[in-house]
Amino acid sequence: MIAALKAHLPILLVAVPLFAAPLCALFRHPLFAWTVSMLVTAAAFAGSLCLLAMVMAGGPLSYYLGGWAPPWGIEFRLDAVNAIILVIVAGVGAVTMAYARASVGQEISRAAQPLFYTAMLLCLAGLMGVAATGDAFNLFVFLEISSLSSYVIIAMGAERDKRALTSAYTYLMMGTIGATFYVIGIGLIYTVTGTLNMADMAARIGELEQTRTIPVAFAFILVGLALKLAMYPLHLWLPNAYTYAPTVVTAFLAATSTKVAGYASLRFIYTVFAADFAFEERTLLFLFLPLGLVAMFASSAVAIFQSDVKRLLAYSSIAQVGYMVLGVSYGNVTGLSATILHLFNHALMKGGLFLAVGCVIFRTGSHSIDAFRGLGRQMPWTMAAFVIGGLALIGLPATVGFVSKWYLVLGAFERGWWPVALLIVASSLLAVIYIWRVVEIAYLQPAPAGVAVKEAPLSLLLPCWVLILACVVFGVYADPTVTIAETAAQSLFFDPGAGLPPMDGP
Amino acid sequence: MMMTPELALILSLAIPAIGALGIAVTGARPNLREAVTLLTAGALFAVVLWLLQHHLEGGVATLTVLNLLPNLPIAFTVEPLGLVFALVASGLWIVTSVYSIGYMRGNDEANQTRFYVCFAIALASAVGIAFAGNMLTLFLFYEILTISTYPLVAHKETPEAKAGARIYLGILLTTSILFLLTALIWTWFEAGTLNFRLGGILAGQIEGPAVAILFALYMFGIGKAALLPFHGWLPAAMVAPTPVSALLHAVAVVKAGVFTVLKVAVYIFGVDFLAESGAADWLLWVAAFTLIATSVIAVTKDNLKARLAYSTVSQLAYVTLGVGLATSMGIVGGTMQIVAHALGKITLFMCAGAIYVATHKTEISQMRGLGRLMPFTFGAFLLGSFSIIGLPPTGGAWSKWYLVMGAADTSQLVMIGVLMGSSLLAIAYLIPVVARGFFLPLSDQEDRPQPPGYEISTIRWSEMREAPIWCVVPPCLTAVLSVLVYFAAPTIAAFISPIVGQ
Repeated sequence: MIAALKAHLPILLVAVPLFAAPLCALFRHPLFAWTVSMLVTAAAFAGSLCLLAMVMAGGPLSYYLGGWAPPWGIEFRLDAVNAIILVIVAGVGAVTMAYARASVGQEISRAAQPLFYTAMLLCLAGLMGVAATGDAFNLFVFLEISSLSSYVIIAMGAERDKRALTSAYTYLMMGTIGATFYVIGIGLIYTVTGTLNMADMAARIGELEQTRTIPVAFAFILVGLALKLAMYPLHLWLPNAYTYAPTVVTAFLAATSTKVAGYASLRFIYTVFAADFAFEERTLLFLFLPLGLVAMFASSAVAIFQSDVKRLLAYSSIAQVGYMVLGVSYGNVTGLSATILHLFNHALMKGGLFLAVGCVIFRTGSHSIDAFRGLGRQMPWTMAAFVIGGLALIGLPATVGFVSKWYLVLGAFERGWWPVALLIVASSLLAVIYIWRVVEIAYLQPAPAGVAVKEAPLSLLLPCWVLILACVVFGVYADPTVTIAETAAQSLFFDPGAGLPPMDGP
Repeated sequence: MMMTPELALILSLAIPAIGALGIAVTGARPNLREAVTLLTAGALFAVVLWLLQHHLEGGVATLTVLNLLPNLPIAFTVEPLGLVFALVASGLWIVTSVYSIGYMRGNDEANQTRFYVCFAIALASAVGIAFAGNMLTLFLFYEILTISTYPLVAHKETPEAKAGARIYLGILLTTSILFLLTALIWTWFEAGTLNFRLGGILAGQIEGPAVAILFALYMFGIGKAALLPFHGWLPAAMVAPTPVSALLHAVAVVKAGVFTVLKVAVYIFGVDFLAESGAADWLLWVAAFTLIATSVIAVTKDNLKARLAYSTVSQLAYVTLGVGLATSMGIVGGTMQIVAHALGKITLFMCAGAIYVATHKTEISQMRGLGRLMPFTFGAFLLGSFSIIGLPPTGGAWSKWYLVMGAADTSQLVMIGVLMGSSLLAIAYLIPVVARGFFLPLSDQEDRPQPPGYEISTIRWSEMREAPIWCVVPPCLTAVLSVLVYFAAPTIAAFISPIVGQ
């Protein structure tokens, strides 16, 4: 039984949330739906941890769906890179789901709650699928599952603020354009290689690099994924979507959706197209490097002037995506490790920060910066979590942000790009400004008279602190995360699409 | 339970941390809370003394906690420089704790629990800096120290306090993130280690102008050493209550800065490597300029705490100057200055606080004649001033002595002039405070006709208006200590001589 579970773990991680989703829709009971979702996400988290351990111990795994061998059948292929992404998605999913009970209970009407959980589970299944699959078209399918359901859950913020509808609509438009671009790119590759399996594609593309089709396909795929990644300047959907979505959705999507898109980009840049593909080298140097730098500064600068804390954090997310893009642009293992590390680390801190803001929303009903006045005393635990998360965003030592920054700067030194190293540390000073604006208001301004605000309930604080403590734990003891990230980076960098031993089939 | 060096190291960090927790828990009962503070301070000092004893017996205390990054652990090592700093910080914490109780209660300050909690955390990080076994660990505690002192600077929550705290945090974080962190990663990249090793880890790993650039990143990155032009945070921090200025902004925080400067010079670059490569030559001039310029500014300040703050910036530059000399005498002089200036300046600040508690006066021009009302406070102030100026028999005389010797050794005759000039300036900005206090009439005595035979500069016990005893005894004690340290100086020099290769 255990052996069978283990053998089918890759597909179970996707299938269980996928099949649990209709259950929530069928039995329209909020508590039932939440319990199912909670159990499923917790199980998915446990499963993904187990998978990560298997991959780290025994190397990459390959799973054939329905026993059909690739390149005809669909293959799930798991190495350190996507195993860690699965852990991020399922882990944040479980934590936000625990948080959802109280938060969703307040923000979404009872009748709509089961449908909300249905969409959440679908989104989770889609994201897990994107991360797990080794088939380029299957990736598109999962990407659409996650995107469509995320439009729905963002739009559910409309019960509090009607602007959620327009935000979701904008995201729908831009997300669809992105998906279309992606599928055009895949189509182009298919016309010249006749395969959809990523490893197979990688093996065949090598000979075709000189054709025009391959660079064009590369460009389409990259733009498509960059839209989902909210890579500057294709980020315009993000601030509104994050601001008006329900709290749980913002935290979940901020920590997972962009990460998965980032992972998919890495997969295409390094596995499908080899790193020494000349067109790609130029893309990294002339596109990723400047755009990453611009995102770091421009979005942080915009974040400074926001009067809405959720929007402030949303702009900060775009800036943080800039760091990830920058790490990729180095084209060396350290830079790539930094990107993968930051995928993980940023998920923890941004997830934690959005959940802390959620606590404030739960008690004050507002996410405007004015609502934070005097909260340092009234909601000490919430604000302490916010401060620690903020310090991680700045990148102070003993937090995960420091670890990411360390490798990002180290990679720049290895490349000999010392001005870039200085720009990285300089940009984190902008984070000091936007975080400290909130801190000053919360701690050094008196609360508005006559309004008594209580500390958030434990059911919200606990999930929030799980993520915040993880920020500290993996900041003080980053040895395991760095080892995983380095393994992942090396497998991406050195064996693009290498032939893998098939996993023992059913 | 047997005390082992590892346990002692753990305790030296855990005691103030647990103390902070205890203070937070007992916050509702002030007497108990203050008892916890005093107990913690005493226990910490005892542990540091035990480590000193252990070190003197030839023991080696090291502790590796866990790997923050692969091959880059959080680790602690006890060595002479760190012991000196830890002893100064933890010893003076006891004195300051007594003083804080008098000051905070005397002024009826709000948020006292937060104050004591942050104070204890700051001390824990100072000890962490003192015993750090590699540059990463030091950097970790350096940043915790910055963050934990921010609430202390913003303590009063007035617009001025907020503005001051912003400058404080802004400059300290900017320099440390922009320069120090870059320097750290660069060092790691070149040397593959950040461990403190006698003779340095960079010799042979890096050469040419890069050495000077890296050294500059370190020197300006250590913003707590307050080298011009990154000194502005220290005057800004003076909005904090006086005990904070006394212990943190005359001892723990600023000394953490110059201590880091010494550590980097001795253990990262190595004094010989600095001398050979000439990477520190420019530092001499920056330090000299800082020294003179801020002394001149100090003369112009009427606010006593501001004057003392600029004097601190100037006195910190002595240590940096010692490093810039890149000779063993300079390092000895710098270490001596850490001790002597700590005792001298904490005395001056505590006196300034005592004057404030007793009379609510902050400007020097308002302090005419106060010396006769507060003879103990002003007496202590005088002794402290002597130490800052460098007059025997106070500790300050020795640090200046070693620094001048170092300057003579390296034929930097201009630096001898700079050191002398700065002492003269110190006379100019410190002695008038005492002289006006004792020999001028009180502000409200001037207009009144005095009875015949009334000798204005006589101290009358009946007119005495000293601050509460909790505020007066501590500065008197540190004033006496700064005299005693004059006689202990050869012992201190012998203690640190192993690390400078004498």
